[in-house]
Amino acid sequence: MAGKIRVVIAKPGLDGHDRGAKIIARALRDAGMEVIYTGLHQTPEQIVETVIQEDADAVGISILSGAHMTLVPRILELLRGQGAEDVLVVVGGTIPSDDVAELKRQGVAEVFTPGAPTAGIVDFLQARVPV
Amino acid sequence: MATTHDRLFSTISGVENEPLYTPESGGVDYERDLGDPGEFPFTRGVYPSMYRGRLWTMRQFAGFGTASETNERFRYLLEHGQTGLSTAFDMPTLMGYDSDHPRSLGEVGREGVAVDSLADMETLFAGIPLGEVSTSMTINSPAAILLAFYLCVGEQQGVGRERLRGTIQTDILKEYIAQKEYIFPPEPSMRLVTDMVEFCAREMPLWHPISISGYHIREAGSTAAQELAFTLANGFTYVEWAIARGLDVDSFAPRLSFFFNAHLDFFEEIAKYRAARRIWATVMRERYGAKNPRSLLMRFHTQTAGVSLTAQQPEVNIVRTAIEALAAVLGGTQSLHTNSFDEALALPTEDAVRLALRTQQVIAHETGVVNTADPLGGSYYVEALTNELERQAYDYFDRIDKLGGVVAAIKENFFQREIAEASFRYQSEVEAGRRVVVGVNRHQSEAEPELEILRIDPALERKQVERVQALRAARDGAAVEAALARLREDAARDDRNLMGPIVEASRVYATMGEMCDALREVWGTWRETPVF
Repeated sequence: MAGKIRVVIAKPGLDGHDRGAKIIARALRDAGMEVIYTGLHQTPEQIVETVIQEDADAVGISILSGAHMTLVPRILELLRGQGAEDVLVVVGGTIPSDDVAELKRQGVAEVFTPGAPTAGIVDFLQARVPV
Repeated sequence: MATTHDRLFSTISGVENEPLYTPESGGVDYERDLGDPGEFPFTRGVYPSMYRGRLWTMRQFAGFGTASETNERFRYLLEHGQTGLSTAFDMPTLMGYDSDHPRSLGEVGREGVAVDSLADMETLFAGIPLGEVSTSMTINSPAAILLAFYLCVGEQQGVGRERLRGTIQTDILKEYIAQKEYIFPPEPSMRLVTDMVEFCAREMPLWHPISISGYHIREAGSTAAQELAFTLANGFTYVEWAIARGLDVDSFAPRLSFFFNAHLDFFEEIAKYRAARRIWATVMRERYGAKNPRSLLMRFHTQTAGVSLTAQQPEVNIVRTAIEALAAVLGGTQSLHTNSFDEALALPTEDAVRLALRTQQVIAHETGVVNTADPLGGSYYVEALTNELERQAYDYFDRIDKLGGVVAAIKENFFQREIAEASFRYQSEVEAGRRVVVGVNRHQSEAEPELEILRIDPALERKQVERVQALRAARDGAAVEAALARLREDAARDDRNLMGPIVEASRVYATMGEMCDALREVWGTWRETPVF
């Protein structure tokens, strides 16, 4: 079935830094994707529930609170538990390079740090999500 | 290379610039629009001698890990010539959760210091004489509780509340608008803020109960004019609530202070501070009838723009921060925080923080910009930009009034939409190459050096969780229950000031999370409708 890429943009954790998440959400929508933005302060459980309910192809996790090494692995684990390990997981935020390597090892497809152009994120999703 | 055809000549916020400004550009009446520094409408500064009289306070924001780590950083900064303290709290504290709450997992001590109870506050300020320092605390929804903790530490040191000097942010309106660290719905939040304003007017004459903040509005992607307009509109809203409470405007207005961003568009930032002072003085006098000259003075803290820092070629951030800091000084700030160059990657290391502080010291002692008050006053360009930002701010005030005021506009997502729009416009300009960000879309480096960054030891979270659990086991549980019951009872009644019950609950070591839970039970919580 030819269709639009469905992406959940998710804000886990307690911080309210939503500038990046909103810019990405809008850029992906402008590129023709279906975007579901969760809003702020989501638990990993809430995020995974949204991904499943929305039958998303990909989830973009925006995190700037420093809690990425706790929250991202938890989201990956919950996705696996739901049999949704085929959902492409990308992360954006202030993530030190050592942590980038570790997150990728655990199954994150890509990590975008501050300054990453939205066009690169669009291209990445279009290349990696089969539609 | 870009030609003049595709280059933008507008400010970073999109204000169009003329190729040249002349005596005909401004239409400035010196007495009416500027005045000498220290004179109405204070466009040129709030004090006659400005930095000749006293330099700005160099106030670096710090906080991470547990209270004892941050206490060490405080002592380090005081030893290196810093003149005021500024406390960053971690996300669970800002959101009203104790460190052992499930929502706190992974967040304890990450973005600031974890403070669960008076016991942590005692550790945080151990060995620091509260009668001699001024302390700034960046916290909003639970501000009343942290103020109560601080007041109790003062009492333990033998320093009465009337002698405590400092500022607590408390600016809940900009949380709904931009920073999004809210707990309760807007109306009960505003009631709690007004309780603090009333309490401080009566009992803490040297304390600033609100720091009305544009910083976070700008960091969320707003323009300079939006930062200016929304911050002032919020300020007027606090004034209106306090007047509605029955307070005389001159009993609290002198203690209101402000907090602005210093972004990269040098002259636009300076114009923003000048317009802010003029608008505040004019409206306070004309609309709210303030008579005390101190009620008209907009005194403000500035922080350089975190949002302008790049993860690419991070050393370049030192240059950005220096230019932003210079704009803040030329704009007449009363205190300043300079960001560290590694903050697009993590919390700053000690070396990076020292360099940021040194940046301020160079401006203060080596550049000569402090030798005369408002050196840019009368610049055709700066005065024209000041007028333009003022005009844009009054336009926004009209739009907000038409929506029924700030609280109504928050509920309609007005501010959130305006900011999202501005931030997307800027990002599009950068991505199209029409705005240059050095190292990001021009002059990139192939190999980025690895930077040493501050790591928060994950064991700190466990330590803090154990600490709060041990506290709960050791304290007088019945006294805590009684104090929380009184807090709930008073929260349900609009005619009670909640500061009294909060101080009582703090003294018996009720935790911050328990007090917030008590208020959640009575007031409910807030959730915004996400827009993008």
